[in-house]
Parts: sequence; structure tokens; C-alpha cells
Amino acid sequence: MAKLSAETVTLAYDSRKILREIDLWAQAGEVLALVGPNGVGKTTLLRALARQLRPQQGAVLVDGRDAWRLSTREAAQQVGLVPQQAGGDWPLAVEEVVALGRMPHRGWFLPLSHRDRQIIDRVLGQTDLADLRHRPVTTLSGGERQRVLIARALVQEPQVLLLDEPTANLDLRYQGMTLSLVQQLAHGHGLTVIISIHDLNLAALYADRVALLAEGRLLAKGSPCVVLTAEHLSHAYGVPVVVARHPVYNTPLIAPSLIPKPNGDFP
Amino acid sequence: MNHSSVPLIFAATIALLLGALVISLGMGAVTILPGQVLAVLFRHSDPNLSRTTVAIVWDLRLARTLLALVIGAGLAASGSAYQALFRNPLADPYIIGASGGAALGATLSIILNLNVVMPAAFVGALLAVALVYLIAQAGGHVSAVNLVLAGAALSTLLSAAVSLLMFLGDRDLHEVFAWLLGGLSGRSWPHLQVAAPLVALGVIVLWAMSRPLDALTFGEETAQALGLNLFRARTVVVVAATLTTAAAVASAGIIGFVGLLAPHIARRLVGGAHRLQLPMSALAGGLLVVLADDLARTIMAPLELPVGVLTALLGAPFFLWLLKRGQPWQS
Repeated sequence: MAKLSAETVTLAYDSRKILREIDLWAQAGEVLALVGPNGVGKTTLLRALARQLRPQQGAVLVDGRDAWRLSTREAAQQVGLVPQQAGGDWPLAVEEVVALGRMPHRGWFLPLSHRDRQIIDRVLGQTDLADLRHRPVTTLSGGERQRVLIARALVQEPQVLLLDEPTANLDLRYQGMTLSLVQQLAHGHGLTVIISIHDLNLAALYADRVALLAEGRLLAKGSPCVVLTAEHLSHAYGVPVVVARHPVYNTPLIAPSLIPKPNGDFP
Repeated sequence: MNHSSVPLIFAATIALLLGALVISLGMGAVTILPGQVLAVLFRHSDPNLSRTTVAIVWDLRLARTLLALVIGAGLAASGSAYQALFRNPLADPYIIGASGGAALGATLSIILNLNVVMPAAFVGALLAVALVYLIAQAGGHVSAVNLVLAGAALSTLLSAAVSLLMFLGDRDLHEVFAWLLGGLSGRSWPHLQVAAPLVALGVIVLWAMSRPLDALTFGEETAQALGLNLFRARTVVVVAATLTTAAAVASAGIIGFVGLLAPHIARRLVGGAHRLQLPMSALAGGLLVVLADDLARTIMAPLELPVGVLTALLGAPFFLWLLKRGQPWQS
């Protein structure tokens, strides 16, 4: 059964419709990537999946239950979110930020239990943050901070992990490290991972399935080979695109094609 | 922010505060040495002590000094909570209208000669914040931005109303000015008995809200993703901070800057986690107002200065120095 699904979901801010009748699901143990042009509604869809934006029509189901019938706290026990604009300008220590991930389980007041501390220690190790645990997050680099936010979501022990542009501000090394980590969590620990991502090559390399959004609809979904074709991409982005094969993994490798001049010639 | 030094910093601050209390009780028209102050505090029925000394410490100075402590602690704790709630280092206890409401209540009481300044200021502060809260609330959701904007607009309106009353009223304005500038002159046990329990309750509730406050510093989206019911958490914080602020402002007028400065000092000393920062903020705020009141009543004796003027005179340069040394916001 799908862990998280959107059933003919229509999303709107006030009366302005962003996405229409989206049908999408993700299973345990897979990485699903949401791709599409700027402003198409990737973040909006993630917000709906995270139970932060109520669909105008349709429903979001978590383990078959309507997300909006769960309380904020119940939802947070099942679904972890790593937002893109995530703050981190307050001088809290790494450990303190990560410990906040236990809030859905501990509530407002209950002190952390021995088990909570074990989970925090384990995740700090898993995300390579053990040495930084006492550092204020304000002194960390962008890549380190991103790892802290992922660690906080993992400490929630969610069944579904949603990440909004997790690689946006990261260099080549941290992009790979971040996506390997979430891939390993999905494949090794049965987590359901949904990421929104701009970089189509990273999506092709790390995602098991890709959903391509364009013009307020779901244009295509399926394995990267099926979805990330020159035809789909040039339609979605409105520019010519060249798709080759990754020399090692044989996944789609997308390169921009030169845009023709108004007279039709290539520069 | 070194983890092992936190207990030491707390111990040092508490020691400093106790020392300041003892010295404050000795300061004034009659100087009483710390040894004598301690004797009065712990053996006030001792027949060897002069009746006058006991009366000065016990009846005249103790309640006022403790009130300074309580007010400072309350304003600092509220300021701390609001800075987290609004994710804004400029937030202070008056940000959503408490001072404007209190000022209008107090001014009305003074100008109409009703002699109910303290209750009028208290009710004024509560009503103003309640109004701001109702305006900022839409469909079970209280947006932080709306709260700040509604607070700013209502504060301006209320302060204009106070100015108008002062302009039209024919009573001596000195009393109104003195209240608006904040002062502890003539405050005694009855004021302390009202303010202390309310402030204590408010500070304890805010402290208990440490974890939600930590979560709120990451913004709405993250706080919600961590399972926080935003409406409920914000309401609890606003109610507790408002009770605390209203009690403080009703008993001593508008004492500015403490609620802005103390949280910054606390974050510097013990980091941003509210579990530590909020109590440290309360201690620092209490210490600041106790010291400011000492100066207020001695620096130009026998004339007493409004303590609010001194907190600003001392606090603003200190704040600027902190700012110059590095971003206090990011410690």
C-alpha cells in the first residue's frame, strides 16, 4: 500500500489555482523526485503532502488515512519535513536543534527519555554531526546546516521524509552526500522519501521514480528513463533539451541545448 | 557558549543579584552597611537593632527593591518569549500594545482623578492586547506578522489618545509624565503582593513553553512540521507574556529597554535554548532594574529620577556596545 498519496488533489492559494487534479503516491523504500520548471508548484505540492496546505479538492492520505483527520502532532509522528527556507539564525546548539525532532513524541513539556537520547545520538552519528553537536548552528556552513535539518527530521522517526530542494545551496560533494544519505534511508531502512529538486541529473541518478510537473498538471510519472525524455522536458521547460546516457549508470543525462535565435538559426 | 560553564554562569549571576539586593537595601538617604542589612533581614526581631534601621530596610526599601527585581524579571522573560515568537530581535514586551493600553488606562485614571492607576493600567494593557489578538486572528489562525502590525497600529492610536487627553485635561501633567516614564517611587508591599504572583506565574508558564519557543524560532512551517499546534502555542505564549507585562507595567509604569536588552545578554551568556535563556534573561532583567532603581534614587538625591529613563540611559549604550562587538542576534 502507498505510504503517502495525493488523490486528485487541487491546490490553490486563495482562488488562484496552482495545481489541478494531481494523483501521486509513494511507497515505503522508494525515493520519489518532484521536478518541473520554476513556479510550477513543487513546493506547494510538498506543503500539501506535509499537511501544511489544505487541498481545495481531493485528499492527502498518510498510510491510507486522511492527513487532515490527523492532528498536527499525529501527522508529525509520521511525516518529517525539511523545508527550504528553514531559519537556523537562532543561536541553538546542533544537539538542541536535532532534539526538537522528538517534540511530536514528547509534546511540549515531557523531558527527553533515555530512548530519545539514544535516537538523537544514533542520528547525529548517521549524519556525521557527532563532532559538531555543541556548536551553535549559526556558525555552521550551508552544507552542515542542511545536515542538521535532515537530522532533526530523522529524529522524528517518520515513515515519510519530505525534502524541499535539499541540494539547492550545496556544492557537488554535499549534493551527493545528502542524496546518498536519503537514498540509503529509503533503500536500507524502508523510509518513503519525496524530494523536490531542480537538478534533473541528480533526480535521474538518485530517484527511483520521477514526477514531472508542468502547467499546473502532472505531465509524467514513472522511472527516470521514462519521464526524463527530451520530448517531455522540452515540453515542460519550453526549451530544446538533449538527453544522453550516464556513462557509468546508464541513467538519463540531461544537457541544455542551445536556444535558436528568433530567425531559427543556432548561434 | 561552552556547555560546562552554564551552571557557573547561573551561579555567578545569582550571586551578583543577591549582592545587588543587599547593597540596594543599604542605599538611600540613610546608608546602612551590608552587615546590618543582613542582620535586619535574618534577625529583625533582635532587640539590639535600632527600630529605625529595621523600619527603613523592612518597611521602606525591601518591598521596592523586590518589586524592581520582579518587574525586571517579568519584562525580560516576556521580551524573550516575544523575540522567539516573532523571530525578531527587536521585539519587546510592549510590541503588541501592552504599554499603549496601560498608558491610556493610567492616564484616564490620573486625569479623571479616579485614584485607580494600577488596576486601570492593568486592565488597559489586557484589553489592548486582547483587541490586537482578535484583529490579528482570522479563521483559527494567528499570523505573527498580523500581530506585530496590529500591535503597532493600535499602539500608535492609543498613544495619540493619551496625548490628546494630556492636551485637553486640565490637571497637572507631572503625574502623568512620571507614570509614563516608569518609576518605583512610593511603591510598597501592596504593589508587590499584586505583581509578584502574576509575574511568577507568567514566567513559569513561559519557561514551561521553552520547547515550543525553540521550535517557533525556525518559523511557522518548521514548527508545524515538528507537530506544534501554532494557534494553541501562540495563544499560551501571548496570554502568559501579557499577564506578566501588564502586572509589571501596572505597578511601575512603562520601563523601557529591559525587555529588549536582557534577552540579548542572556543569549550571549547561555545560548539560545529557552530552557536556559529564559531564566537567565529573567535574572539579568531583574538585576538591571534593581541597579537602575538604585541609581534613580541616589544619583540626584533627594530628587528621584524615573527608573525608565535610567534603564534607557544605561541600556542603550550597553546594547550598542554589544552590537559593535558582534551580532548579538547570532551570538
